[in-house]
Amino acid sequence: MEDRNNEEWVRALGGVPDSGVLAALRETLLRGLRYALKQRYHVTESDLEDFVQDALVRVLDNLDTFRGESKFTTWAQKIAVRVAFSELRRKRWENISLQDLVPDDTSEDDSSGASPLSWMPSSELTPEHQITQHSLGALLQDLIREELTDLQRQAMTAIALKGMPLEEVARRMGTNRNALYKLLHDARQRLKQRLEAHGVTVDDVMAAFSPEP
Amino acid sequence: MSTEPEKLRNLMRSIFMTHRDEIGCDTCFDQMDLFAELTLAGKDVASAMPHVYRHLQMCKACREEFEALLSALKLL
Repeated sequence: MEDRNNEEWVRALGGVPDSGVLAALRETLLRGLRYALKQRYHVTESDLEDFVQDALVRVLDNLDTFRGESKFTTWAQKIAVRVAFSELRRKRWENISLQDLVPDDTSEDDSSGASPLSWMPSSELTPEHQITQHSLGALLQDLIREELTDLQRQAMTAIALKGMPLEEVARRMGTNRNALYKLLHDARQRLKQRLEAHGVTVDDVMAAFSPEP
Repeated sequence: MSTEPEKLRNLMRSIFMTHRDEIGCDTCFDQMDLFAELTLAGKDVASAMPHVYRHLQMCKACREEFEALLSALKLL
């Protein structure tokens, strides 16, 4: 089945799909996903079959967007991976709200250390490095509060500091992954400009967080 | 609950790695199949497709999917 060329795949799957070719594609996607996911993620065989079923529907629906820049099976596998990760992320985070993860903390008083925007320097460092880390952390914390919009601050905190996937944050904010990436890009650009205006360089950051032994 | 220094370092690094012209997740996904094949063929993807390369450095969600795709393709 692997010797089918792109045109043959598209021809066989267009219109009323050839059931034998569809079965071959299903088997290919299933093998690929099984290999890619089973060692690192908790997935059952039944999950994998569901992912592939959804992926096949999407492949057939989007057949006309395949441009032939890669092998057809690579393109289809990419879709299967996207379907699988979307579902795994949705399940993993389904009971966690953005409000639980990123409570409103625009208040100035953050001395309790309860805010996700507060951080502790690593205790394994020398006192000098601890102080530098603390200062950089405090500066970034101030800039995130003062320079970003509420949406940017909330998204950046949830994703970069709390580990919620981009698309899960996007879903909760009523937007999509692509738009949220652009919103975060604007936020990073703003913070970069402000850090540079404060005289902070990437070398300072690396020196503070990766000190010489 | 405080944020560990590692997360602060990663956030700082991503801020300093920010470029004015970054592609979004949709464009990255659009080109990921070609990028994966070039990667597996041992090509210099950082030069050939710099925008995708940079997006994958910045976006954990896309990077996870790319790594899974590479892994799946190794079997095909």
